[in-house]
Amino acid sequence: MKAFLISLVALVVITVGANRILQVVGFSSATAATSSQNVRLSD
Amino acid sequence: MMQRLFAVLMIYLSIASGALAQDNVPPQTSTVDTNPAVSTLEDILRRQEGLKTSDDAIRSHEIGDPANAKPGIDQLGTLGGASDADLWRAYRFGEADITTQARVPAATTLIQDGGMWWLDFRRGPLQTIAIYLLGGTLLALALFYLIRGRIRIDGEKTGRTLLRFKAFERFGHWMLASSFILLGLTGLITLFGRKVIIPAFGHEAFSSVAIVSKWVHNNVSWAFMIALVFVFAIWVIHNIPDRTDLRWLAKGGGLLGGGHPPAKKFNAGQKLIFWAVILLGGSISLSGLSLLFPFEFNLFGHTFSLLNGWGVPGWFGYADLPYPLAPQEEMQYAQLWHALVSLILTAIILAHIYLGSIGMEGAFDAMGKGEVEEQWAREHHSIWAEEIVGPTSTTRKEP
Repeated sequence: MKAFLISLVALVVITVGANRILQVVGFSSATAATSSQNVRLSD
Repeated sequence: MMQRLFAVLMIYLSIASGALAQDNVPPQTSTVDTNPAVSTLEDILRRQEGLKTSDDAIRSHEIGDPANAKPGIDQLGTLGGASDADLWRAYRFGEADITTQARVPAATTLIQDGGMWWLDFRRGPLQTIAIYLLGGTLLALALFYLIRGRIRIDGEKTGRTLLRFKAFERFGHWMLASSFILLGLTGLITLFGRKVIIPAFGHEAFSSVAIVSKWVHNNVSWAFMIALVFVFAIWVIHNIPDRTDLRWLAKGGGLLGGGHPPAKKFNAGQKLIFWAVILLGGSISLSGLSLLFPFEFNLFGHTFSLLNGWGVPGWFGYADLPYPLAPQEEMQYAQLWHALVSLILTAIILAHIYLGSIGMEGAFDAMGKGEVEEQWAREHHSIWAEEIVGPTSTTRKEP
């Protein structure tokens, strides 16, 4: 049972960690389909 | 009276003369345009059904030619060498020279034919397949349980236990299992949300559920992939097929006819589960990565090109697979493949869960506690049990 509980903890750590890493790197799948770059927002 | 007779006579003559006049009309030639670029009614009807049409190849080149534009000497000038229809065809067949401010892969695809086919398949046949596959598996397992009952330990229990799986093995198994269950549930929520959750709980409730499901599905996937690699590394050596497996399979593992064919640490059934998890799970991971990082991996266009080159579709009497694919089509094929393979693996895992829990006495202990009853081991994994218990009894644990 201990192995099961530790695996759950690892699952949560990996899940949250992966999300944080992608955020820090600045990756979002949404940006793969849209881009605000090269759009003139003023003038 | 005479006036009436005269009127009838005049009517008859006018009809007769009309008929004669028709008889004298020379035969007309067909006014149907024979230009192959002009769609036939059949092509139009097929297009409306989302089917491929024979005129696509011709029409994809009917996109006008600016060089043929008449000189703009009139007051209103010229509209150019391409009509509106030419322009729309150019957009549709990806022939237009499009420049966009968004520097992303799919930005220059303005019209994409494959989208409706994908959407229709996703909300129709794919859901039907899911219901039949998963529902059918559950039904089959229920019937199996009713017919066969729980597979009991035949011999007398010894009261001694053998260490079946070490802690790190159970850790890997449970991380893979937990992540798979979460991914399976959130995947089914995503697939059936519009059909089941919205009618039952409304749009707002589904909105929240869908957002959470998507976050969980996208991020738990990393735990699944890591666990998959981990499990492969620790168990592959025990899952290489050998002659023992043929004997085990020949006797159906003793599942129906009774008896216990010899088996090593993993029997042939477990090896099949292992390779199904590794191969199907690997394929799900690959297609999942292409969905996590949209437009980065062109898995299907490349594969279709290779298969077409080898003539594989022709072996089965089919036309070549579509190639090249629009960026969105790559994602659509990845999504369908991801879902279909996941459903197949889910059906297999349901059978695995059944046999590892209520279907077989003593089986859950292997992953629950890590230790199994010695008699259970001797019946279901006799070769492995002899290896462990045989020469030395140090691994034997008295209760």
